[in-house]
Amino acid sequence: MSEIETKIICITCPVGCSLVVTHEDQKVIKVEGNQCRKGIDYAQNELRDPRRMVTTTVKVKRGLHPLVPVYTSAPIPKPLIFELIKKLRGVELEAPVKVGQAILKDFLGTGVDVLAARDLPQVGQKTSETGSG
Amino acid sequence: MSLDRVKPIYDVVVIGSGPGGLGAAIAAKKNGADDVLIIERDNELGGILVQCIHNGFGVEIFKEDLPGPLYAHRFIQEANSLGVEVLSDTMVLDITPLRKITAVGKRAGFVELEARAIVLAMGCRERTRAQIRIPGTRPAGIYTAGTAQRFVNVEGYMPGNRFVILGSGDIGMIMARRLTLEGAKVERVLEIMPFLTGLTRNYVQCLLDYNIPLQLRHTVSRILGNYRVEAVEAVEVDENWNPIPGTEEIIPCDTLLLSVGLIPENELSRKAGVILDPITGGPVVDESMQTSVSGIFAAGNVVHVYDLVDWVTEAGFLAGKSAAKFAVEMKKGLSRKVKLVAGANVRYIVPQYLDSESLAESDQRIQLRVVRPIEEKVWVEVTDGEHLITRKLERYVRPGEIVTIKIPKKAYDEVQKTDKLIVRVAKS
Repeated sequence: MSEIETKIICITCPVGCSLVVTHEDQKVIKVEGNQCRKGIDYAQNELRDPRRMVTTTVKVKRGLHPLVPVYTSAPIPKPLIFELIKKLRGVELEAPVKVGQAILKDFLGTGVDVLAARDLPQVGQKTSETGSG
Repeated sequence: MSLDRVKPIYDVVVIGSGPGGLGAAIAAKKNGADDVLIIERDNELGGILVQCIHNGFGVEIFKEDLPGPLYAHRFIQEANSLGVEVLSDTMVLDITPLRKITAVGKRAGFVELEARAIVLAMGCRERTRAQIRIPGTRPAGIYTAGTAQRFVNVEGYMPGNRFVILGSGDIGMIMARRLTLEGAKVERVLEIMPFLTGLTRNYVQCLLDYNIPLQLRHTVSRILGNYRVEAVEAVEVDENWNPIPGTEEIIPCDTLLLSVGLIPENELSRKAGVILDPITGGPVVDESMQTSVSGIFAAGNVVHVYDLVDWVTEAGFLAGKSAAKFAVEMKKGLSRKVKLVAGANVRYIVPQYLDSESLAESDQRIQLRVVRPIEEKVWVEVTDGEHLITRKLERYVRPGEIVTIKIPKKAYDEVQKTDKLIVRVAKS
C-alpha cells in the first residue's frame, strides 16, 4: 500500500491546528502542522479510531428543570454516538440528581460512563446550585 | 448561604453570576473583602453556562475538558465554601455612580443597598433579526441560537424540525450538532463572511462530523411563510456584502436560527455613568478592570466578547481582586469619597464630593447656592447629620450669589467617620 496525505484539523484544544498526516493505511508516517505533541496522538487516533466526547441531556422528574445535562467520562467511538443518544433518550431520572452521578455505566463495553454534569435539585428544594441552602 | 436579610452595605457586590461574576466574587473573598454579594436575576447561579452543556470548558484553568454546567459547578462550590452571599431571582434596576444599588426580586422584594466596590458582570446579549434587517414575512420559527439552546438544553422543547442556521459563530455550530443529535435536520449553515467566525474545532466536531453543509459568503435574503417559517432564501454576497443577483436559492425549512453576534449588556453601566467604548460596546477599563467610575469594575463579556470562558473567569478574578482592594482601602479610610449633600435651603454644592484625605493637606473650600433668599443673618452649617463640623455666619443669602464656606483641616478626624456631609442654611 502506498503513502497517502490526509488533512485533519486537530480538535484537542481551541488552537485547531491544520495537520497534514502522511500515512500508509492507518499507520502514521509523518504529521506536519501540529504545534504540540497532542496533535500527533490526535492524528493517530483520528485515523485508527476516531472518538468524540458526547454531551446531551436526560429527562428528570420533579427537577428544577425537566432535563439534566450529562457527559461521557471519556471520548467514545464516533460510530456509537447516535446509539448512545438513543439509549439515553429512554432514561428518566428522579430529582435530586448529584453532579458526577453515573447515569449509565460502561456503555457497550467501552469502559466509558455517562455522568451528570451538575446538581439538579428537586422543585422547591434549596441547594447550593440555586444559590441558597 | 440563603439570604433572608440583605445588609445595608457590602464590601463588594457582583452583578451577575456567570463565569465572570463567579470569578469576581471568589477573588474578592480571597483578597480580603469581608462581605461579598452576588445579585443574579435567574433562579440559579452559572449564567449562560447553565445551557452550554457541550464540553470544551476549563482547558486553560483546570487543564481538563469539561461541560459548561460542570465548569460552573466548580466555581459555585468554591463561592459557597468561601461564604459568598447570593441574592437570586433578583433584577438590578439601577446603580448610581456612588455605588447605591436598587434591585427587585421575588423573594427579597424591593432592595436598596450600598457597595464599597461593584463588579459589573452582566455578560452579553445576542443580536436579533431586527439588528441584521432580514427582509420578508414575520412568521413564528425565528430564534437566536442561544434562545434555541436554552429551549433544547434546559427547558426540554424542540423549536423545530428542519433548520437553517445563519452565522458560523460557535453557538450556531454547536446548536447545529445539538439539534442533529436531538433528531432534527440542519439543512445548512450560512456565513456572510468569507471565513468561519467560530473556532475551527467546532467546524470539525459540529459540522463535518455530522455532514452539515457550511456556505461561506452567503446570507439569508428573505424569510418565507405566513404563520410559520416555510423556507428561507439564501443568496451569495460580494465583497461588500451585497447579494449577487441570480444566486438566490430557496431552502425549505421550518426554523431559522440566528448566530450573528453578541452585544455586551450595559444598560446598568450607563446608569452608573460608566463610559463605554464605541467599538467594544463595553466599559472603558484600566489595567485593574476599573471603569471610568471610581469603585466600579467590570469583567467578562460585559467588557468585550471573549472566545473562551476560561478567559472570562480570569478577567473575573482580576476584577474581583481589584474590587476587594478598593473596598479594603476605603474601609481603612484611604482616599474615600465623601458626598456633600444639599440640606435645608441649599440648591446644590460644588464640588459634589470631597476626598476624605484631602483635609490632611489643607482646608477645603466649597461653594453653594441657596434656594430662597434670606435677608438677615444666617448660619451656613456643615454637619455629618448629627454633629456640627463647621459653620459660618452670613449677613444674608440670595440665590443669585454663590456662598463659599471652608471645611477646615481640623475637621479631618470627624470627616473620616462619615460618608456624607450635609450643608444647610438656617436663620441664626
